Amino acid sequence: MELSIFHDKDLAQRILQGIKREAEKIGREVKLMHVCGTHEDTVTRSGIRSLLPENVKVMSGPGCPVCITPAEDIAAMMQIMRRAREEGEEIILTTFGDMYKIPTTIGSFADLKSEDFDVRVVYSIYDSYKMALKENNHLVVHFSPGFETTTAPAAGILKEVIEKDVDNFKIYSVHRLTPPAVEALIKQGTVFDGLIDPGHVSTIIGVKGWEYITKEYGVPQVVAGFEPVDFLMAVFMLLRIIRKGETKIENQYTRVVKYEGNVEAQKTMEMLFDIVDAKWRALGIIPKSGLELKDEYKDFEIRTFYKVKPPKLPDLEKGCICGAVLRGLALPTQCPLFGKKCTPRNPVGPCMVSYEGTCQIFYKYGALF
Amino acid sequence: MCLAIPAKIVEIKDNVAMVDFGGVKREVRIDFVPHVKVGDYVIVHTGFAIEKMNEKAALESLRAWEEVMKAMEE
Repeated sequence: MELSIFHDKDLAQRILQGIKREAEKIGREVKLMHVCGTHEDTVTRSGIRSLLPENVKVMSGPGCPVCITPAEDIAAMMQIMRRAREEGEEIILTTFGDMYKIPTTIGSFADLKSEDFDVRVVYSIYDSYKMALKENNHLVVHFSPGFETTTAPAAGILKEVIEKDVDNFKIYSVHRLTPPAVEALIKQGTVFDGLIDPGHVSTIIGVKGWEYITKEYGVPQVVAGFEPVDFLMAVFMLLRIIRKGETKIENQYTRVVKYEGNVEAQKTMEMLFDIVDAKWRALGIIPKSGLELKDEYKDFEIRTFYKVKPPKLPDLEKGCICGAVLRGLALPTQCPLFGKKCTPRNPVGPCMVSYEGTCQIFYKYGALF
Repeated sequence: MCLAIPAKIVEIKDNVAMVDFGGVKREVRIDFVPHVKVGDYVIVHTGFAIEKMNEKAALESLRAWEEVMKAMEE
């Protein structure tokens, strides 16, 4: 597929001219929020903030699922590993590379591995499942974080696990839903004029999944792709909606996102998961934002078999402003620890660990604007 | 973790496809895109194809927006 057009410099320039004209007509400061680590990567890598007119600000919201995974859940999973060992069972714990390194005040999964526990990094829950089939004398537990885009694959694999009755594969679900977090930000007072919706979450939930944010809160939205031209086009479309005083949602990422989303994936997720109130690290409890396995599928959730009580942990180390960064209220460069005490090699807060974390993206591309 | 990228389907066996990420080949699950064929492009996220790509829609919408921008210049 010919994607080079989405990197095309001349086209990007023409869109920027369009953005400038719209921004001039609007004539006041406009804040646009995105909620996706991959969007932040596009914005920072391409220097988009520095290209936009002065009155157009791009803010970064809670777009990093591993950053918002509660420290207590990481601690609980560690306790389960220890308890299992005490009882004579060696669990194989799998998770994603960035989740593996997320710090808590009592350490990370990487630290657990250094204590000789079997912790393995995987690219996909499919890899964990294959591991369980191969090493069927061990229990394989996938610590499963992620928004809708990652929940769909988890649901796909679990469906097969259930159908084939594979009894040595379980998950620890810390899945979260994106639109309720946006809703919570609005209610908590983060102010923005338009929302740039994450293209791959939207691939699953559709344009439809976001409509209520526009209807109930009057926030215009554009679903956007991840190439520089996609993002600029989304900014242009959003400014145009704002300038005309409309409240509506449009889809820029038409090559992938359908209005109804991926119905097949939605059905599988709905079959397996209940929506519950859930904690987001540094953001607090967000109503109806978490996913846990339904009662009839509880045998595939590791917490059914190990009841542990993790200690109450602070969300963040003292001085870390990851919470404000996740709310779109601050940029990493406003943090006194950024680039000094806190670096990707030695991260203090979760936003510096993940390649989707705003702090790591800023550090990586040297974005000091 | 949330990085999803386009890949071309080169082989299909039941609900697993071999895809080509511009040189790197990998097995991915196609449970959620049941109608894909060899040669189609899909978006792959954590080992799952989550949607088939629609090139025609992409180019049509770009052209439409270019018209809008051209009209603004005039």
